[in-house]
Amino acid sequence: MSPLQDSVERRTIAVLVDNEPGVLARVIGLFSGRGYNIESLTVTEVEREMGLSRITVVTTGTPQVLEQIKAQLDRLVPVHRVADLSLQGPYVERELALVKVSGIDDKRVEALRIAGIFDAEVVDAGLDFFIFEAAHRPDKLDRFIELMKPLGMVEMSRTGVVAIARGKDSL
Amino acid sequence: MSATASQAAPEASSPQAASAAAAKPAIDSQADAYSGAEMVIKALVDQGVEVVFGYPGGAVLPIYDALFQQNSLRHILVRHEQAAVHAAEGYARSTGKPGVVLVTSGPGATNAVTGLTDALMDSIPIVCLTGQVPTHLIGNDAFQEADTTGITRPCTKHNYLVRSVGDLPRTLHEAFYVAVHGRPGPVVVDLPKDVLQTKGSYLEKDQVVHRSYRPQTEPDPSAISKAVDLLAAAKRPIIYAGGGVINAGPEACRLLTELVHLTGAPVTNTLMGLGAVPGSDPQFLGMLGMHGTYEANLAMHDCDVMLNVGARFDDRVTGRLADFSPNSIKIHVDIDPSSINKNVMVELPVVADAEAALRALIAEWKRRTPPSPKAQEAWWKQIEAWRGRDCLSYRQTGEIIKPQYAIQRLYQLTAEQEAKAGRKTYITTEVGQHQMWAAQFFKFEQPNRWMTSGGLGTMGYGLPAAMGVQIAHPDALVIDVAGEASILMNIQEMSTLAQYGLPVKVFIVNNQWMGMVRQWQELLHGARYSESYSASLPDFVALAEAFGAVGIRAETAGDLDDKILEMMEVPRPVIFDCCVAQEENCFPMIPSGAAHNEMLLGPDDKAAKPISEEGMVLV
Repeated sequence: MSPLQDSVERRTIAVLVDNEPGVLARVIGLFSGRGYNIESLTVTEVEREMGLSRITVVTTGTPQVLEQIKAQLDRLVPVHRVADLSLQGPYVERELALVKVSGIDDKRVEALRIAGIFDAEVVDAGLDFFIFEAAHRPDKLDRFIELMKPLGMVEMSRTGVVAIARGKDSL
Repeated sequence: MSATASQAAPEASSPQAASAAAAKPAIDSQADAYSGAEMVIKALVDQGVEVVFGYPGGAVLPIYDALFQQNSLRHILVRHEQAAVHAAEGYARSTGKPGVVLVTSGPGATNAVTGLTDALMDSIPIVCLTGQVPTHLIGNDAFQEADTTGITRPCTKHNYLVRSVGDLPRTLHEAFYVAVHGRPGPVVVDLPKDVLQTKGSYLEKDQVVHRSYRPQTEPDPSAISKAVDLLAAAKRPIIYAGGGVINAGPEACRLLTELVHLTGAPVTNTLMGLGAVPGSDPQFLGMLGMHGTYEANLAMHDCDVMLNVGARFDDRVTGRLADFSPNSIKIHVDIDPSSINKNVMVELPVVADAEAALRALIAEWKRRTPPSPKAQEAWWKQIEAWRGRDCLSYRQTGEIIKPQYAIQRLYQLTAEQEAKAGRKTYITTEVGQHQMWAAQFFKFEQPNRWMTSGGLGTMGYGLPAAMGVQIAHPDALVIDVAGEASILMNIQEMSTLAQYGLPVKVFIVNNQWMGMVRQWQELLHGARYSESYSASLPDFVALAEAFGAVGIRAETAGDLDDKILEMMEVPRPVIFDCCVAQEENCFPMIPSGAAHNEMLLGPDDKAAKPISEEGMVLV
């Protein structure tokens, strides 16, 4: 019964909200105010006519805390739906990264070769740098970035995770 | 609120339909008929509001101008915005209707924050209208500008900044809908001054349908059936009911009492739930929790099935979580799914309005063959043995008034008066020892008679709350049971009492200490009484007179009854300075970090049970 003995899990939660001022602050304030973790959070409008935005939040906690997070999100007044993608079944998770790698000679060639393996596109280049764009599962992006570090990675920007359930049913 | 059941949420329509309805224009002839300020008044009247508690200022002047030109709404001018919210809470809790507050921008809004937080913690429906600087100045650090929606976001159930007069009527109606439906709470509507001055079209209340907020009020029938299985099979059941039952309304309280009688189970109430079952009911074990009765807490600890209705397993109730009612199967009825499994994991959650759930539980119980009344015989024998400890006993000897005696006499004299003359008694409190003694010694026969700051523990709550109660119930006897420290936190409201001739009685249990702080320092901090002495107290009798009220002082036990009766007879506001024994502690007490079966019963008990270090870090 003790929640303290439960292990910490990672969950990806999709939240459909009214696209109104302050709604993101409400969600973030809920996480900070109650001491929940945010590993990643993305938000953008998804249905313009209906004024709905979709927030994808990746969080960690014990099962009890995760149930609390969902219940707390669901009782926010502008929230329409809360879906625990990790719990509901198979889902697809993607994140986009822009990676700037500076270098010459062998390292430059090796960076380009590995980018090819990871299906990363060159979005800008000079004689001594590349900017790669890669979109993958977050763990695969982590791997790509690890490989780029010794090859002269100087800067990196990631979007955070977006996710959607597999299959034909909608949220 | 019972409103959740009676004013059923509009049928679950698609968001398109909802937004179409919300956007439906008013009748053409009414286009641009009202200024924003006039719409505010109209919306309040349409929502059935009779009284607004407020304080004017620059940003809300258009609303005050509109108020001046009408006779439907009564405005009560408080002396501090915090008091406006507490007064609205007192009004709401004693009537079951939402309380309404009107304050200006900046300091008006920030002063209201404590009251809003209090209402959030205790689930009290409040609509608080705040002025705001004109939209074109927002973000410019204008005079009396504050980010009100930002500041109040974590201390309201919901809040709005109205950016255009076109959004105003929908927002106002939504604010009332959100405040009273589901788990009630405070809602802030921030109103920029230019929006109040612009003309626009009004929308009727029933033209507004909320897009997303549809709290579940009806219980899942299979959960109800399982709950009745558990209750019927229980050998040692207990019903633990909280403020959710009071919020659900008098009918829910009646149903709770019926269920208690049907099942034959003992019942205990939280601080917020007092009055949900009659205090004199033989199955009522009194309040539970940190200063609850011995029998209530031990019954909670030893029960085999616990039915929680409308309570939230607050830390003041559970004590040490790991040892909270360790061998029971727990059923939790709550309208707020986030209250379930938050502190205590339960076997059977029931998300529903308390009234709907209780009705369903009773119907299901009546469909079955009732279990033998003998099943609980041993349990009741045990409970009677616990009751035999007489845990609230104290010794009144000599002429120095014991605080418990003062409160017990206040209860008995007001109860006798109510029985004889029929004048209803409403009790509010401040926060501290006097509050706990009032909770222990007053037996509330009905709901909505007891207003106290439970969750937030706001000193300064009681006087303004009593003001709100007296406005709603002009002929009732309204008493703020206070401490000499708490009362000074909103003493300025004596002026409001004088202005409106509100005959509120402030009964100060004056021990010249912040009594609960002193008690904790004695028990947990080696009797090092750091800053807890109430030095330089005013002469409360003279203070009463300065405010145009009546001052009464009681100094001896022999005088007490006569003085209390005198207070009750005076048709004016009274400050009653009841000088009591200074170092009395409030028992029973479950020290922080202890379990229900480790309670201290009295001064002789404390040495035997030293308080753990883990307990010391808890509040």
